[in-house]
Amino acid sequence: MFALLVAQNIAFYIIAALMVVGALRVVTCKNLMHAALWLVLVLAGAAAQYILLASEFVAITQVLVYLGAIIVLFLFGIMLTRAKTGTDEDLDNKKSAKFIGGGIAVLLLGLMGYSLIDGFKDTEFGNLMVQRTAQVSDSIFSTYLLPFEVLSILLLAALIGAIVLARRD
Amino acid sequence: MFLNQFLLLAAILFCIGVYGVLARKNGVLVLMSIELILNAVNINLVAFGAYWNATDNTNVSGQVFALFVIAVAAAEVGVGLALVLLIYRNRQSIDIDDVDMLKG
Repeated sequence: MFALLVAQNIAFYIIAALMVVGALRVVTCKNLMHAALWLVLVLAGAAAQYILLASEFVAITQVLVYLGAIIVLFLFGIMLTRAKTGTDEDLDNKKSAKFIGGGIAVLLLGLMGYSLIDGFKDTEFGNLMVQRTAQVSDSIFSTYLLPFEVLSILLLAALIGAIVLARRD
Repeated sequence: MFLNQFLLLAAILFCIGVYGVLARKNGVLVLMSIELILNAVNINLVAFGAYWNATDNTNVSGQVFALFVIAVAAAEVGVGLALVLLIYRNRQSIDIDDVDMLKG
């Protein structure tokens, strides 16, 4: 049991480091296409973290929806707006805005980090058990049935809205 | 494993996403940073869900909420990219700075 947790911890820290590097590259990269591909690394890392948390269905949905659909949508967006394929120096705001943004981000991180470390000190996960897909579906179609139906209406509305916005006439 | 590991990772990703939204000018990159933020929230939800699930094995609310967030994020990206496309078609550039017609 102990050895297994050590392996999980090592896996967590490797994946977390990859995710942070990927996220930093997404927001600093000078090449639009590369930024989208670094985003793939972050999203895949999140899927791996869900596996570590024994949440199989969310991990699979993350791969299908984010890696499969949303990244393709981003690549289409990049192509349809005829972005430069090489490096592009004109992707960022001016220096002062970047400094303010960095300051706000560091401030937020300090605040959240302090409150998390203060609030959850060393709360451990108890006995992590596999959360089965059958349980998730039972929960969606009993407790969360109404939000689920509302969500399908939202998706339909977003679909129609996107078509109306993007068609040319 | 500690609960805080996951929460702190999510906090770092969230802050990087906030920096991206504030520092980037390109519309598509701003949408990508918003995706980073939404993913950070999802990691939080799944981590708390797993923590809760360890005490009450029938409760999977964390996962269900994460799935809802994923669906809403998909809708958001669809509409967001349609908007970016429309801005591009009207002014041949997707710099968020150029969209300042509301300024007096």
